[in-house]
Amino acid sequence: MGKVIKVGMADLNVCVSPDSITTLGLGSCVGIAVRDPVTKIGGLAHIMLPDSTAIRINSNIPKFADTGIEELVKQVVAKGANRSRLVAKIAGGAQMFAFQAKNDMVRVGERNVEATKKKLAQLKIPILAEDTGKNYGRTVIFYPETGDFVIRAVGRSESVI
Amino acid sequence: MDDITLEKMSDEYFDILKELGNIGAGNATTALAQMMQCKVDMSVPQVKLLEFKEMGEIMGGAEIIMAGIYLGIEGDITGSIMFLLEKQAARHLVNKLMGMEITGDEFSEMEFSALKEVGNIITGAYLNSLSGLTNLVIYPSVPDLTVDMAGAILSVPAIQFGELGDKMLLIQTQFFDEMVLDGYFILVPDLHSYGKILSALGIG
Repeated sequence: MGKVIKVGMADLNVCVSPDSITTLGLGSCVGIAVRDPVTKIGGLAHIMLPDSTAIRINSNIPKFADTGIEELVKQVVAKGANRSRLVAKIAGGAQMFAFQAKNDMVRVGERNVEATKKKLAQLKIPILAEDTGKNYGRTVIFYPETGDFVIRAVGRSESVI
Repeated sequence: MDDITLEKMSDEYFDILKELGNIGAGNATTALAQMMQCKVDMSVPQVKLLEFKEMGEIMGGAEIIMAGIYLGIEGDITGSIMFLLEKQAARHLVNKLMGMEITGDEFSEMEFSALKEVGNIITGAYLNSLSGLTNLVIYPSVPDLTVDMAGAILSVPAIQFGELGDKMLLIQTQFFDEMVLDGYFILVPDLHSYGKILSALGIG
């Protein structure tokens, strides 16, 4: 058994088999796992906001879908993953409250998912599976050995995508 | 005042928030005691400016199950307020309020609305003190409640703080009746409302 690497909110890290990598309690944020199936090198990012260019204070790279995914790819490649073999799985982007604030934060979960897909498409990284949206939190664990993306939620049975 | 960041906020602002938290929580405690018809005490609130990464830890882990009550704010200032309570504490309050002794894992629809009412009263008391101190008109919206992992609930205000910087402001209060109830307030004014609060308080 390898060790489990933790990724916080607005954070990212890389992971090599047999280690696994996890982020706890994803709400409207999105967790993006990438992996090179040959070298079994992967990484996980926990992004909070869709677009770094829409916000003035944007130096925190892992906070945003656009800059966060770019940095994640850079770091897994630096660790030895092959850029052209990378595949992704994503989870999160829930709308935790039905209450709709009268500002641009409405549907931020959905917008985080959209921005994540857009960035991955731009980088030509295929999304193999996703568990996004709805109205509950998710904890995810990613295993670069198999590519399994395990998802846990309160009051639901564990799923693997 | 649109260049405000939380990192740059002065000690004075913190002290005011702490005082607001104190008065607000004091009002909330009185309201709780009346509602439950028993004695409720509280500790001095702690105001904390936290990195997003540390947030889950402060409540005992991002996977701790909490009840989160979330309301919009309208009027002279806009934004939102959240009140979080650990699930066990929420269960305790609901049981007391409804005169029952249930230990189950799930909340019924009735218990859910009782809990919403608790949240409504607590956040209402907090907003009243803010309104009283600033002379700003503040209307809360209808509350919404969810029971889920702390991290997931906190992602909502964290994302809003995320537009302003890399930290988030949390007010931690402990209530006591027969047990210790840890409660957390998170006030998220919209960007333009910070200036209004500060100038209404005579700073900024």
